[in-house]
Amino acid sequence: MRLELVKRPQQSTLFSAISPLIALCLTLVVGAIVFALLGENPFEALYYYFVDPLRELWSLHELAIKAAPLIIIAVGLSVCYLSNNWNIGAEGQFIMGGIFGSMLPVLFPTFQGPLVLPLMLLMGLIGGAAYAAIPAILKTRFNTNEILTSLMLVYVAQFFLDWLVRGPWRNPEGNNFPETRRFHPDAVLPELFPADGRANLGIVFAIVAAIVVWLLVSRTLKGFEVRVLGASPRAGRFAGFGTTKMVFFAFMLSGALAGLAGISEVSGAIGQLRPTISPGYGFAAIIVAFLGRLNPLGIIAAGFVLALTYLGGEAAQISIGVSDKVARVFQGMLLFFVLGCDTLIHYRIRLVRAAPKADAAVVAKAAEPATEGA
Amino acid sequence: MKKIVMGLALALAATTANPAMAQDKVKACFVYVGSNSDGGWTQAHDLGRQQVEKELGDTVETAFVENVPEGPDAERAIERFARSGCDVVFTTSFGFMDATVAVAQKFPDVKFEHATGYKTADNLAAYNARFYEGRYIQGQIAAKMSKAGVAGYIASFPIPEVVMGINSFILGAQSVNPDFKLKVVWANTWFDAGKEADAAKVLIDQGVDIITQHTDSTGPMQVASERGIKAFGQASDMIKAGPETQLTAIIDTWGNYYVKRIKEVQDGSWKTGSIWDGLKEGILTMAPYTNMPDDVKKMAEETEAKIKSGELKPFTGPVKKQDGTEWLKQGENATDQVLSGLNFYVMGVDDKLPQ
Amino acid sequence: MGMAESILLTIATAATPLLIAAIGELVVERSGVLNLGVEGMMVMGAVCGFVAAALTGSPWLGVLCGILAGALFSLPFAFLTLNIATNQVATGLSLTLLGLGLSSMIGESFVGSPGVRLPNLFIPGLTELPLVGRLLFGQDPIFYLSILLVIAVTWFLFKTRTGLTLRSVGDNHASAHALGIPVIGYRYGAVLFGGACAGLAGAQLSLVYTPQWVENMTAGRGWIALALVVFASWRPLRVLAGAYLFGAVTIGQLHAQALGLGIPSQLLSSLPYLATIVVLVLISRNRRLTMINTPASLGRAFVPDR
Repeated sequence: MRLELVKRPQQSTLFSAISPLIALCLTLVVGAIVFALLGENPFEALYYYFVDPLRELWSLHELAIKAAPLIIIAVGLSVCYLSNNWNIGAEGQFIMGGIFGSMLPVLFPTFQGPLVLPLMLLMGLIGGAAYAAIPAILKTRFNTNEILTSLMLVYVAQFFLDWLVRGPWRNPEGNNFPETRRFHPDAVLPELFPADGRANLGIVFAIVAAIVVWLLVSRTLKGFEVRVLGASPRAGRFAGFGTTKMVFFAFMLSGALAGLAGISEVSGAIGQLRPTISPGYGFAAIIVAFLGRLNPLGIIAAGFVLALTYLGGEAAQISIGVSDKVARVFQGMLLFFVLGCDTLIHYRIRLVRAAPKADAAVVAKAAEPATEGA
Repeated sequence: MKKIVMGLALALAATTANPAMAQDKVKACFVYVGSNSDGGWTQAHDLGRQQVEKELGDTVETAFVENVPEGPDAERAIERFARSGCDVVFTTSFGFMDATVAVAQKFPDVKFEHATGYKTADNLAAYNARFYEGRYIQGQIAAKMSKAGVAGYIASFPIPEVVMGINSFILGAQSVNPDFKLKVVWANTWFDAGKEADAAKVLIDQGVDIITQHTDSTGPMQVASERGIKAFGQASDMIKAGPETQLTAIIDTWGNYYVKRIKEVQDGSWKTGSIWDGLKEGILTMAPYTNMPDDVKKMAEETEAKIKSGELKPFTGPVKKQDGTEWLKQGENATDQVLSGLNFYVMGVDDKLPQ
Repeated sequence: MGMAESILLTIATAATPLLIAAIGELVVERSGVLNLGVEGMMVMGAVCGFVAAALTGSPWLGVLCGILAGALFSLPFAFLTLNIATNQVATGLSLTLLGLGLSSMIGESFVGSPGVRLPNLFIPGLTELPLVGRLLFGQDPIFYLSILLVIAVTWFLFKTRTGLTLRSVGDNHASAHALGIPVIGYRYGAVLFGGACAGLAGAQLSLVYTPQWVENMTAGRGWIALALVVFASWRPLRVLAGAYLFGAVTIGQLHAQALGLGIPSQLLSSLPYLATIVVLVLISRNRRLTMINTPASLGRAFVPDR
């Protein structure tokens, strides 16, 4: 017996819709087994994992807070990956956006008013884009592989932030602890419905960014260019599209969005700069980007799913004492199932009786016209 | 009709009597920055939690959430605890401070305790341990045991807590040998066994013959033992990692404090405040003094006793800052205020602090 | 032991896990598969190696278990990406998440247990030679294995038929398939080898570097290994150079700190990363050379056409 994938003539709409459900069912079954093996009540555990965080309004707000940076970053990354630019340094661009955007409230705390916040957001965008431009320059000018440069720059950004908050930007009234002064109210991202919970404008940015990028990719010439150059740089060049320009476009767009996510997080949920401002959003967003099939609208859903796995793990710990280690294993498994079931959208899966020799011959024969066509 | 309602109410009261009793059971909740089996900072807190369960038995229920990142995630975790019926929530990382403050404002009936911070409120206390007291003893031992006259200090991050430890160590050492020197390496991590081990190797190559660390893994202890020099343990008793190497260790023993505070919650005497306990109260303890001659051991024990009785305070003048200017006059003690925000070295430290 | 010798030994120990994990990933990527789960497989190797050694008392069994654990743990990745064509990047990242969680679960009761160290080689006469004795004849077995791996992989990739086939699979899986080469079989082999190497690198951490188990003890080394493969433009000898460069700068910055020069430690700590970028910029200007060595099918799912 072996597995065989058969490509569907076109994407299955049916499976686009039900593949997440199949994944969920698989996860529930396997999850129940895992929890039972570990001596937890499987139903209770699954309830706290998937349902409890969605039961109360305040918790939904928290879900939005957690999902917003993931979505914003992933939307930008999707353009990068579609155009075949391997930016895996969004974490660093997130941090740089946070740092640039914080300049105003940290260095000029007396400058207040309605202009502050828009300027901060703009600075965040610029900071992220500028930091992402480094791998782009190195790639286009010196042919330096962007996977390495963008990843290494993450560490550099982390150390730079660490130095800033422990040294020059340290809060003069903060007992010499490593954090900047807290932002004044004009520099704080407003909450949407303060009566119900803490969710701030960040989630709005996330949705808007996703829609704008979706329109850009699917409805404009630029989007066409992105896809053509991503699929085949040669074909793109023949079409007169500039590879160099595209590298900059993709990197700086994704950097700008990561930077926006950074400053939104800093001015929204945190309210100051601290030695760490991201629990790895830049890396988690890579998963979100692919989980959403590099489609900005899919990314919105994927962002919420991943955010839910974080909240669910925590709720299960708090309510019934499932350890975080178990929660993380469960999260990894869930992602596997979701990714696996996604295949169903493009392929039918067949189990083939093992008779590889004869089978191969048949396949080879059958393949002849197909290869000619290809 | 009225009677029936009354009867129902009584019946309800009767059936809820048990849960009402159970409410006397205090629920104590802990928010951890690391994993409860990290072998360092968080595990020490979790041992404290287990001590609470053991000593207070049925009168208490505990819960914890681990690996909580500092920032918005912390605020959410703390709030979820506050909503889930915790009577007292301990948040055990400095970075949880503002999150704890925010949640404490929203839940005035829940008590909060934040470790190593400085902000308090009516329902929010801050607690910390005077780890520097142990460092002073270590410094004295190091000065007696070192032939090179220079020790190596593997530090995590330049925060007042760590700077305090470095200063206390060198002051202890100088009380024995005024020319004692200290080399500092910042690992820029709390927990990376490999990097800590590298730092230890580098320090030894540069001629130190005593290693002390303010990072949490046993990496440096293992290196010291391979290279045949002595070292101090940190956070937990690391004697297993260096049976012939460890001189002593500062052990975080939060349990005594937790038991005391939860009892206060139970009998209603809990009060807020900024609590800074030391060797005397048992919030930190010294591991047995091993691998040293008897006279050194005797000195260490005497110093420990003096610190416990209050006769000796590590930060007592005359003390000069690193640049030679006077910090503490003869007989003057550093105030807790200054100590908790310490950001300069005293003389004898071979390093520069980021300003 | 002289200071220079001691510094070189420190560098070798720090570079070895990076080197081994990177060599494994290099073979994986040469076959056209991008496995971002190195960190996860490495940490699984570290925990399983430690646990096996602690239970049996034999560090050799520990090494073996580390290798097996790494290989075994790469199987879900192989199945998902090769059999059912899931996205390699996302699957690899999920593997890392899973590995970090699973290893903490497995190792929970072993935190703080005394470790078992793999003994160093000792050849009377040779090991005692001044300056080079310890370096050449007195290190741990995994160090020698790492050097051997570099040589073996170089030979395999460029001097054997199977190696050539593997590279062709990575360069153009469609043509390879058309030629009747079992693309998925080759990739399975490569992914398993990569897993085994990552597991061995992990075992080096928990049995040689710092013989103990602490959670997340890989501390990002899997990521550095991934970067080193790119740094090396997929050539084994350059992986060796890259790993030692990274190790040397890491140790060098600690020395600079211990000297008390007063340079911010954060700047010094970021030097290894900056140095890698700068060197890569300098050596990757030859566009053609880089092109030749980059596996063209890297990261693309392969589904045999019927």
